[in-house]
Formats: sequence, structure tokens, C-alpha cells
Amino acid sequence: MKTINHIKKVLLTLALLPLLAVASEGVNLDKAPIDMSDHGSLQRGARTFVNYCLNCHSANYMRYNRLLDIGLTEKQIKENLLLAGDKIGGTMKVAINKKDAAKWLGVAPPDLSVEVRARGADWVYTYMRGFYRDSTRPTGWNNTVFDKVGMPHVLYELQGEQVLDHDTHELKLAKPGRLSIEEYDTLVGDLTNFMAYMAEPVKQQRNQLGWFVLLFLGVLLVLTYKLKKAYWKDIH
Amino acid sequence: MSLFTKKTEELLGWVDARFPLTSNVKAHLTEYYAPKNFNFWYFFGSLALLVLVLQIVTGIFLTMHYKPEADLAFASVEYIMRDVPWGWLIRYMHSTGASLFFVVVYLHMFRGLLYGSYRNPRELIWLFGVGIFLALMGEAFFGYLLPWGQMSYWGAQVITSLFGTVPFIGPDIAEWLRGDYLTSDATLNRFFAFHVIALPLVILGLVAAHILALHEVGSNNPDGIEIKKLKDKKTGIPLDGIPFHPYYSVKDLVGVVVFLMVFAAIIFFAPDMGGYFLEANNFVPADPLVTPAHIAPTWYFTPYYSILRAVPPIGISQFPGVAAMGLSVVIFALLPWLDRSPVKSIRYKGNLYKAWLAAFVVSFLILGYLGTIPADTYGQFGAWLGKADIATVVARICSVVYFAFFFLMPWYSKKDKTKPVPERVTG
Repeated sequence: MKTINHIKKVLLTLALLPLLAVASEGVNLDKAPIDMSDHGSLQRGARTFVNYCLNCHSANYMRYNRLLDIGLTEKQIKENLLLAGDKIGGTMKVAINKKDAAKWLGVAPPDLSVEVRARGADWVYTYMRGFYRDSTRPTGWNNTVFDKVGMPHVLYELQGEQVLDHDTHELKLAKPGRLSIEEYDTLVGDLTNFMAYMAEPVKQQRNQLGWFVLLFLGVLLVLTYKLKKAYWKDIH
Repeated sequence: MSLFTKKTEELLGWVDARFPLTSNVKAHLTEYYAPKNFNFWYFFGSLALLVLVLQIVTGIFLTMHYKPEADLAFASVEYIMRDVPWGWLIRYMHSTGASLFFVVVYLHMFRGLLYGSYRNPRELIWLFGVGIFLALMGEAFFGYLLPWGQMSYWGAQVITSLFGTVPFIGPDIAEWLRGDYLTSDATLNRFFAFHVIALPLVILGLVAAHILALHEVGSNNPDGIEIKKLKDKKTGIPLDGIPFHPYYSVKDLVGVVVFLMVFAAIIFFAPDMGGYFLEANNFVPADPLVTPAHIAPTWYFTPYYSILRAVPPIGISQFPGVAAMGLSVVIFALLPWLDRSPVKSIRYKGNLYKAWLAAFVVSFLILGYLGTIPADTYGQFGAWLGKADIATVVARICSVVYFAFFFLMPWYSKKDKTKPVPERVTG
């Protein structure tokens, strides 16, 4: 019986997938404010990520001590971000059991280490601001970017409750949360910035190094070109 | 003579008595006479060799940290990107190198088309080259499965399924290739073996044969004339020839630096190349239960993929499309016998050949683009054309031009009005 239920669920998911794909296409995404040199923003984003996302979503490829790169000290990480039992050299794992989570939410929450590389920063930024009340959904929530999403609105205490006007397709804040609209956008912007950093922590270093490599090759180009000219001066 | 020089010569003599060192250096470098009029298009052979070496060296380092197992593969790539010192650089060099390998090989092949480098007496060089191209396609395909992302997985599933369309024996071939009914851990293991040892050996062997054959008959040039016909009476050196080393070694060095600048710009500033070199969906771990809405191969396969999609099925069999795709790749091997023009180089060919070559290049590029997008992107024609997808109809026209370029070549290359070829190279 259990197996049959499982198969049913898989078939249902497969049947609904094309819908999801169609639903997520053609949505206008808002531009995420990405600035990886802004360590303050990255640190605030890390705090939001650890407090709200890291209960269900893992970031199995991200080590806590990598956060030293964005200006946090070992002491700050240990006191504010590490959960009981986690080691500073360890990765951001979650205790939630994947099978249980799939049973509760319909789908196991995906690992978020490289989510921004898979979906894009703008998608994440718009998605986290796109939840609205929908009584037809089991969780009571739906999303403008990800129709029939399994995830409930985890940040609703902060944002408040939005409703979707089905004629204009615009979201309206029906019940304000603890933060103003601008404050909430900044919070999600910082979170997205952090997730973009987490998706490729080496990106800043890579861009900086790139200029030195190109400068070196530029000098080498002048030298090799002069060498070629010198050798070829007697060829006509 | 100083003592040092004397000792070096003694050592060289000792080696030469036991191994043909000096004679080989002379035959392939210092006394290999290449035409003095090589232009821009002649950089890409040595660049392809450079990329091959880079891929092998970076590949060795990746193999030290990569885990060819379905449960570990995706995570091991991220481990390389984050925890292995300079692992990200090695990985980006390898992924960017794969795409740039095809860039330089396509430009190298186009050079052959421009100057008739496949014509007598260079047919075998060309055939070895087509062999390298085929092996390279296999190498890229097998390697693409290894990151074990969604595109890796479903790309492999689609391509192995293509073999399943061969009448009668197809399904058995597909299963034999995968080692399973579906793409799975068994598939990943064998693709790893093909990617890191089987095909690299084939490629290295073919490259050696390609270069040995080239050095036997000598290089072609932008004028398409044989420099060995006119030699200095006393020395026997071709009048229009210069020693490969030092002339072309220093010239190729300039090309290498320019190439490395492009290579570095991509690695350090745009390793994804907007999704063309590293696809976004490949950052989602492979999931056999979730088929992506749009499966497209990497950009270097898209012209052939377009041809596959353009050919309509016969009944329920997709085999005609698969056969056309296969033919579109191997047909390059026939060029030496399809071209009946009295001249080799485009410089002395007439407008008829130039028009066909231009039509072929444009078709190839359009097919390449169409292979990256879903077939319904540009909507449909009206009822008068059976509501066919616009992109599919364009792909069909381009596929016809693609094949016509080859199959009609014996006719138009003969009919073409050519210009007289000079005695000496024109620089």
C-alpha cells in the first residue's frame, strides 16, 4: 500500500511538472540587488539564512568557517550561527529527515548551496517576495513565481500577508508584518546576496585575479609580438 | 669551443647513437619547411594541440578529487569548486577548455574548407582529422555526464536513446552503452572510464598520425600551391619555405598569448558564458524522476541536434533523423573526393563555390542557434503549412542546404569559373 502511494505521488508530481515549468516562465523577475563586496549585506543575509532557511533547507557544500571570508570572526560564527553539535569546519547540514519532509510538504526541500546558480538571483529575490494567501493550497500559501509551491511562507511574520488580485495579477499587502515593505525588500535582498555568494564563494577573488592575469598576458603579448617581428624581419 | 658546449655535444652524440633525437628535431622542427605565407587561419592547429594538453593536465588534477559514483559525483564537483586549493580554477579551465576546443577545431576545419587542405595529397591528414573530430565529440559527450547534474543526466539519457532507434539491434545497443535500462551509476562509471582513458588514447594516437602525415607531405597554404615543386637547386629547400622553428614557433607563440587572453577572460569573468558553457540546470543534481522541460545539448552539438529534430519520423521510427544526424558529421570525410575543382584555394575559386560555402556557413550557424531553443519559440505557420513550427521549417531548409553543399559539390566545383594559380606564393 505504501509503495502504491509512493508511486501515485511520483506520477502526480510528473504530471504536474509541465504545469510548474509553464507557470514559472513568462513571469517578470525583479532585479536582485547583488553586491558581493558589501560584507554587511552578506552578513545580514547569512543571519537570515541560518535563522529561517536552515531549518528545512541544507547547504551541504557550504562550510561555516567560509564565513570568515565575509568579515565574520570565528567567535561570531560560533556564538551566533552554529547550532548545537555543529563544528565550525563542518557544512550547513539540517536535522530534518528528507523522507519525512517529503511526506509533510509533498517534496523534500532542496539543498540551497548552488540554488542561485540553478535559478538565478533575480528568481530567488522575486520568489521570496512573491508569496500570497491561497486557501486552496494545503499550506494556505501560493507563489507568483512558483505556482502551487510546496513551501509555506516562512517569513510571513516579517512581511505580513499578501493577496493576489486575479484580474491585474498584482500583489497587495492585506495584513502588514513586523517590517515595512522597504525593510522586507532589503532583508530579502541581503538574503539573496548571501545565497549568490554561497553559490560561488570564490567569485570575488576570481574577478580580482582575472585583471592581474590579463595584465600579465598583455605584457607577454607585447614581448612575444616583438620577438616575432625580430625573427621575421628577413622574411619577405 | 668552451668546455660546456663540448660536454653538451658529447652528451647529444651519446643520445643520438641510441635514439633519433637530433634527426627528429630536424625533421619536425628546424628543417621542416612550412610555406612563408601562413595567415590568421593557420594559428588554430597549434592552438588545438595546446588545448589538448591543457585538457589532459587539468583533467589529471580533477581526477584526483572527483568521485565517479552517482551518490557522490555532484558533491565532489562542488568540493573541487570550494575546498580543493585552486580547484575552481582547474575546473573552470577544464569546462572552458572543452568549449574552446570546439571553437578552435571548428575554425581549423573551416581553414581546410577555405584553402582546400583536404585535397590530394592530403586526404589522409583530413581523414585522421575527421577521426579526431569524432573522438572529440565522444570525449565531450562522455565528460558532460560526469558532473551528474540534471542536464548531464538527461542529455546522456537522450543521446543513448538515439542509438535505441536503430532498427532491430537499437534497444540492445542502448542498453549495452548504458550498462542499465536507464542512465545510472553503471553508466557514470563506464563514461568515466571512456572519458579519462579510452578516448584520450584514441585522440592522442590520431593526433600523432595527423601530424606525421602532415610532415610527410608538407603544409598547404592560403594559395593552395605546392611549395615543394620549386626548390633551391643547391640546397633542395623549397623557395617559399621557411623552417618551422624558429619562424612559426615564435609566430604561434603570439597566437597562444592572444588565445590565453580570451581563455582567461572567460575563466575569470564569465565561466558560465550565459549558460552556454555551463548550463544553469546542471547545478541541480541529477534526478531520474524529474525530466527538465527543455533538454538541449551543449552549443557545439546543436547544429547536428537541429538536423536530428528537423528530419520527420517515418511512422513512429525516429531513425531517419538519427541517421541524418550521423551523416551530417561523418560526411566531412568525403570532401577530398567531392571537390572536383582544378584549384585548391578559395582565392582562385569562382563565385559559385564562394556562394555555396557562404550558404553552408550561414546554415551551420542558424542550425546551431536553433538547436539551443525549443522548437515552438517562434510560433507556428498558418493552416496553409499545416501549422508547422516556424523554427522547424527553417531548420529543414538549412538542413537541405547543409547536405546540398556536400552532395552537389562534384557538380558545382567542376562548373565553377576558376582563376589562374600563380607559380609562387603571394604572401
